Amino acid sequence: MSVRRPSTSRFRPQVVPERSILTEHRAVIQDITRRGLLRGVLSLGGLAMLTGCNVSDRSSVQRVLRSVSSFNDGVQGWLFDPDKLAPTYAASQVVKPPRFNAYYDVEDVNPIDISGWTLELAGLIQDKRPWSLQQIYALPEQEEIIKHICVEGWDYIGQWSGPRLKDFLVRVGADLGAKYVEFHGNDDYMESIDMASALHPQTILATKYAGEPIGDPYGFPLRLRTAVKLGYKNPKWIRAIVVTNTYNVGFWEKQGFNWFAGL
Amino acid sequence: MTTPTPGPTQTPTVRPRMHPLVVRLMHWTNAVAMIVMILSGWKIYNDDVLFGILHFPDDIVLGIWAQHALQWHFMGMWILVINGLVYLAYGLGSGRFRRLLIPLSPRQVLAEVADALRFRLEHADLSHYNAVQKTLYIGIILIGILQVISGIAIWKPVQFSSLIALFYNFQGARLVHFIGMSAIVLFLLVHVTLALLVPKTLIAMLSGGPRVDTNGSHTVAAAAIHRASPDTSP
Repeated sequence: MSVRRPSTSRFRPQVVPERSILTEHRAVIQDITRRGLLRGVLSLGGLAMLTGCNVSDRSSVQRVLRSVSSFNDGVQGWLFDPDKLAPTYAASQVVKPPRFNAYYDVEDVNPIDISGWTLELAGLIQDKRPWSLQQIYALPEQEEIIKHICVEGWDYIGQWSGPRLKDFLVRVGADLGAKYVEFHGNDDYMESIDMASALHPQTILATKYAGEPIGDPYGFPLRLRTAVKLGYKNPKWIRAIVVTNTYNVGFWEKQGFNWFAGL
Repeated sequence: MTTPTPGPTQTPTVRPRMHPLVVRLMHWTNAVAMIVMILSGWKIYNDDVLFGILHFPDDIVLGIWAQHALQWHFMGMWILVINGLVYLAYGLGSGRFRRLLIPLSPRQVLAEVADALRFRLEHADLSHYNAVQKTLYIGIILIGILQVISGIAIWKPVQFSSLIALFYNFQGARLVHFIGMSAIVLFLLVHVTLALLVPKTLIAMLSGGPRVDTNGSHTVAAAAIHRASPDTSP
């Protein structure tokens, strides 16, 4: 006969009651645990229902979630391969016109009056003279047929052309070791991207779509198109570019979206 | 009643429980992470639906706006993936998968599915999974891996463009990610229903369940019942 193993629990009595007592009351004991279990499961279900409640925007919850989002910025920067090219597509796959998107409806677009428009430069840039559209058109162009992927989940193939952002930054003497490049839109929209993505070969200052100047709803006269970021990191109606080492919170980041937003 | 005083030759080896503490911790961590991923995923899905008629009601999703859901999703992913990797390493390294999940024959699965539907499935021995359980548990592990792969493809369609190719294109990856979610929700419904029908399985995942011999799949639960009766002689 094997020796009974002493209980390892300090809460278990050294001397146990007669076995027969347990047997007699087994039904009651089982009933208790089952009832407790049922109650437990119900309250767990209730807790799950509560998740639909507004806990997400509590400041304590937001602090945690936003610090994880910042951590994810770092991970994405580490994952980013500056030489990795996004897939490109055939001209026959291009969607015309491009899909409209902004934080307001298409009827509310405020078209830019080109007579008074120049591209302003600021921050860590040597030559801060503003650029006219004619000067930008005169720069060597790059065309790319790439996918626009929105954070919402939809995507479409577009055909964009304009000078490479890298060439432009080199030409104006920007500090290529700076951390951020900011794009200020005409509609109080600002988004910044990291310098590595700004220097990526598929990041351009787009002036044309499918060979024609970009239409008013899609960012005329100048917008950013980068194949390595989600859609909201491609500001339209650009009026200023700033190179800086200071992180300024962009339009969607204020709402809680992720800053790096790399593809 | 005498207090047993084991001699040196009789020192009992403490057999591990069916679900060791580390497995229980990983199970419940995964449960929480999975629910966070599902509920926040529903909210993210709502912003651009794959199926016109299908929207998840705001009362059952996690996140007031899409950005909150994205925040939850990209926090939950770390818990899910790290916990999942440790679980896989443990399952493969400790022999738990080999002991509990194989062998598995299709004939056995069919026979036991029929038994299960007639509520005739044997579950006296918790520490021995039947073919239905083995199928479900192997299946859910594989679907979990598929979810991580399709999720990474959606998150980084340029950096990991080769993963996108596995799913035809970006929307294909989204569709697979959605189908994987649906499979997990279905598994959850079956898994929770069965656990409630046989509550001792749920209790085993809380308290550890019967003690088992790790060298074989056979249980000591029956022997434990015998030992529970008072010994009169050593």
